[in-house]
Amino acid sequence: MTAYFGLFRRDILLSWRQGGEIGLALGFFVLAVVLFPLGVGPEAEILRRIGAGIIWVAALLASVLSLDRIFAADHADGGLDLMVLSAMPLEGAVLVKCAAHWVTTGLPLVVLSPFLALLLDLDPAAIPTLVLGLLLGTPALSLLGMIVAALTLGARRPGVLSSLLVLPLYLPVLIFGSGAVEASLVGGARPHLLLLGALSLAALPLTPFAAAAALRQALE
Amino acid sequence: MMTAATAEDDLVAENLSCRRGERLVFAGLSLVVPAGGGVVLSGANGSGKSSLLRLLATLLTPVAGHLLWGGSAVTEDIAAYRASVHYVGHRDAIKLGLGVRETLGFWTALRGAEPVALDRALATFGLDRVADWRCQWLSAGQRRRLALARLIAIPAPIWLLDEPAAALDIEGEARLAEVIAVHRQAGGRVVVATHQPLALPGASELRLGEFAADPAAAF
Repeated sequence: MTAYFGLFRRDILLSWRQGGEIGLALGFFVLAVVLFPLGVGPEAEILRRIGAGIIWVAALLASVLSLDRIFAADHADGGLDLMVLSAMPLEGAVLVKCAAHWVTTGLPLVVLSPFLALLLDLDPAAIPTLVLGLLLGTPALSLLGMIVAALTLGARRPGVLSSLLVLPLYLPVLIFGSGAVEASLVGGARPHLLLLGALSLAALPLTPFAAAAALRQALE
Repeated sequence: MMTAATAEDDLVAENLSCRRGERLVFAGLSLVVPAGGGVVLSGANGSGKSSLLRLLATLLTPVAGHLLWGGSAVTEDIAAYRASVHYVGHRDAIKLGLGVRETLGFWTALRGAEPVALDRALATFGLDRVADWRCQWLSAGQRRRLALARLIAIPAPIWLLDEPAAALDIEGEARLAEVIAVHRQAGGRVVVATHQPLALPGASELRLGEFAADPAAAF
């Protein structure tokens, strides 16, 4: 248990101290959203209609941007070797690293989203659904992204490659996430939110095995 | 070839072959490290010293041959074997944003060990003065010392050291030699790949060039 906690604590601490990394993803999230009113014009009518979609797409992209961080540094400096030789199975270690990634990327996105929703003049009644949807969906983003981050270790342009690989995997999350906001205005967002939760829950036990296998491949 | 009888608690490698990419690096390599034993790996660059150490650390899988520890194949209980191995590679695994003691504490936690010997380990390698510094301010030699401090902070019977003296000053090399001597006196085993003359009394030498696979026979 000390091993799991120690790794989680270190990853959070490092993200916090090298604040630029958290700030980069969040800054990108905010900026991408803010660009839309400038691009499509300030008509509240249009923004209100597409606002949820904009926030979700920006969250997806911000999440992709931060994927490199999960394993790349530990791969480069030999830290992964020590994790393989540690007291915990590699599957456990990747899950802990993923949890730390979500806390430092997914969670701040969730917290920021209601403010951006106000900026886009989203219907106040839809905001709780947006936030809840992000809360349920962002863990799936971190979990799926972790596989791709592990697969692209050692690639020459990991950033570009990982976004090409991971965005198709993110599609279901995007569809149910922005669909939930739409549905909340006409009555029931419940099925959408349940499906989002199901995506995250299904990814939770499966993705660590895929990511650990990819890491072992990268270490050979 | 191994003909002499081996004791129960030897670290034994039998007929190891290692392939990196398309190339067979070495083949038919056997090695016995008894309690208190030391082996110095020598050979030209690219002869497979680092690969052999990574094989012994189970970070690589051999294409042929196997590894025995405590009389049974390490693959039978790989977690137990890994817990008894220290691998100090040529990369230090040091994060610039962490403090010196913090880093050592993290490595200790990663092994599930109690952080009881942190200060002693830092003092052994002369890092006690900088224990509260961020690793970012350490010199290359100090980073090496920090990586080596892991050996003291977490007890393990098998040490696999890849160029441990790289970047160390003369005083650091002396400390390292002393630490290895103490470890071997207590029955520990050491396998070192090094180009520098490291004082390892009674250590056997393994020349990896002798096990180079015949490139024509390999394919």
